[in-house]
Amino acid sequence: MRPFTSDTAAMLKLPVANIDTDQLIPARFMKEPRQPEGYGRFLLHDLAAKGTAPAPRAGQTVLVARRNFGCGSSREAAVYALADFGFRAVIAPTFGDIFASNCVKNGVVPATVSEEDAERLLDTANLPVTVDLAALTIACGNVVVPFTIDPVWRTQLLNGWDDIDLTLAEGDAIAAFTARDGGARPWAVPRRV
Amino acid sequence: MQLPATLFDRLWDRHVVARRADGLSLLWIDRHFVHEGSHHAFGQIAARGAPVARPDLTFGVADHYVPTRGRGGPVPDASIARMVAQLGANTAAHHITLFGLDDRRQGIVHVTGTEQGLTLPGLTVVCGDSHTSTHGAFGAYAFGIGASEVAHVLATQTLWQKKPKRMRISVEGETAPGITAKDIMLTVIAAIGADGAAGHAIEYAGSAIRALSMEGRMTLCNMSIEAGGRCGMVAPDATTIAYLKGRPFAPEGALWDMAVADWAGLVSDADADFDREVSLAAAQIAPTVTWGISPEQALPIDAHVPDPDRIADPIKAAAARDAIDYMALTPGQALQSIAIDRVFIGSCTNARIEDLRAAAQVLAGRKAVVPGLVSPGSSLVKRQAEDEGLARIFTEAGLEWVDSGCSMCVGMNGDIVQPGERCASTTNRNFKGRQGPGARTHLMSPAMAAAAAVTGTLTDVRRFA
Repeated sequence: MRPFTSDTAAMLKLPVANIDTDQLIPARFMKEPRQPEGYGRFLLHDLAAKGTAPAPRAGQTVLVARRNFGCGSSREAAVYALADFGFRAVIAPTFGDIFASNCVKNGVVPATVSEEDAERLLDTANLPVTVDLAALTIACGNVVVPFTIDPVWRTQLLNGWDDIDLTLAEGDAIAAFTARDGGARPWAVPRRV
Repeated sequence: MQLPATLFDRLWDRHVVARRADGLSLLWIDRHFVHEGSHHAFGQIAARGAPVARPDLTFGVADHYVPTRGRGGPVPDASIARMVAQLGANTAAHHITLFGLDDRRQGIVHVTGTEQGLTLPGLTVVCGDSHTSTHGAFGAYAFGIGASEVAHVLATQTLWQKKPKRMRISVEGETAPGITAKDIMLTVIAAIGADGAAGHAIEYAGSAIRALSMEGRMTLCNMSIEAGGRCGMVAPDATTIAYLKGRPFAPEGALWDMAVADWAGLVSDADADFDREVSLAAAQIAPTVTWGISPEQALPIDAHVPDPDRIADPIKAAAARDAIDYMALTPGQALQSIAIDRVFIGSCTNARIEDLRAAAQVLAGRKAVVPGLVSPGSSLVKRQAEDEGLARIFTEAGLEWVDSGCSMCVGMNGDIVQPGERCASTTNRNFKGRQGPGARTHLMSPAMAAAAAVTGTLTDVRRFA
């Protein structure tokens, strides 16, 4: 995973609440393999086609929206669509839990801001925005707002750590757990039929 | 002396493998379900050359993309055929039990997994599907995960998690006749918002919850994610135990007795602390439908479409305007005046046998005035419904009786609501385009969907009592 410290780029503004993962990538596109073309071409496909949201433009890497961004289906393809398009940070007052976790796995920063600050960012002129993960600030022109992110996620994103590597190093702990658990809960293993 | 604990605390503590200084815990995963959409994750472990750590705890189900017609023959859509074949190849290569397209136990993962007795109280259950929260009905810690986490579980049978906060939603008293778990849950979501439980593990409690069948509890827990919850759960009791006894994969003999003794301890202590408490009076819950494009936009059936001009919060007013525009409604319009174009009875939310019985009870001896699709939650539910004569009631009413899968809830298999059409649906999401591009969805219980089929408009099912 690519580490993230800070990023300065154009911002996509979506003044809409409850943008779910199906709007980020409609289900029908997920039959396509992700490689080689990537899912970026499907990002916000139907909303943009209908003109209810601005289409993402090349060079934008930061997105700001209203509350409950990324709710709905657990599809990580929603984050693939964002990441493949080039997005590196998403800003909203609240996120769908699974979506935010998926963001971190793919090096995308889910930055939580207050509802007022989201509105201030949505109201900014079209200037480059800087998302600084070290300083936990977002700056666009003379608007500077703080954001929050789970500290564990922040460390992971700053370092670009991969979970499976961390876990395989816990082999002894896992072996000790399964030995203990097998004695305590022998019924928890499915009966074979 | 032990500190008072919630059910969720107990589930969490017994699965912690390791704790990291930063606050993350490595949790052991007892059950992992994969489906056709899990191919990204299998690709990730293949790229590492990692084996599946515990194929005996991993189960495959073909559901998301499967056709609901023409079973037994070749799958007509080439890309769907490829995804179904890929699931078969991935599960075979890693020795994972598969309930495949032509297996008599095939169904929607959250219906098949539970009816097979794979989900038990006290387990951790994950799947790359947000409605995995369904399995919490058994007193399990069950949650949806993304593809990277699916790959992590495949490779290690564990997951790094930060402990969610604890929330209790209590529904006390008795619901009026005809009120279902769906009505309870839509009322909860309307009350707390579609992100009202974000970051929380929900425990449902209270006498109205205890009175629900396992099917009802599954409907309730299923939609926890629509309130933003990480998971939802109901403490196991005699209803849970009666449901599980004798299920194919459930323990038996001495192991069963040992399990039942263990499950008795899966409760929240009377003095346990929750981070948040919400309570509702069961008697005040009416048959409920959604009018908008988020499950939080739900109202009792005798209510009217809100007027955005009367909503003080400008963001909420904008959301209501957007919803009214997409749904082609008029502010102030009576919900019961909304004409529908079709009905869909199916999905992991509401396609179990009890759901089909409730819909059939309304449809018996009546005709649907709009077209509709009935897709049972599993192939076993389908057979049972045929044996009970329910299938005949649906077809005689003019509805189409098809095979089991996610079908028109998500539209991935081609079962879609046409652009601009309005569907009375027993599913879980009324998002823009969820049932197909331009589709308009009203969520409701199976009995309410059946009533709408008979009248052609959103209808108070109590009229049919």
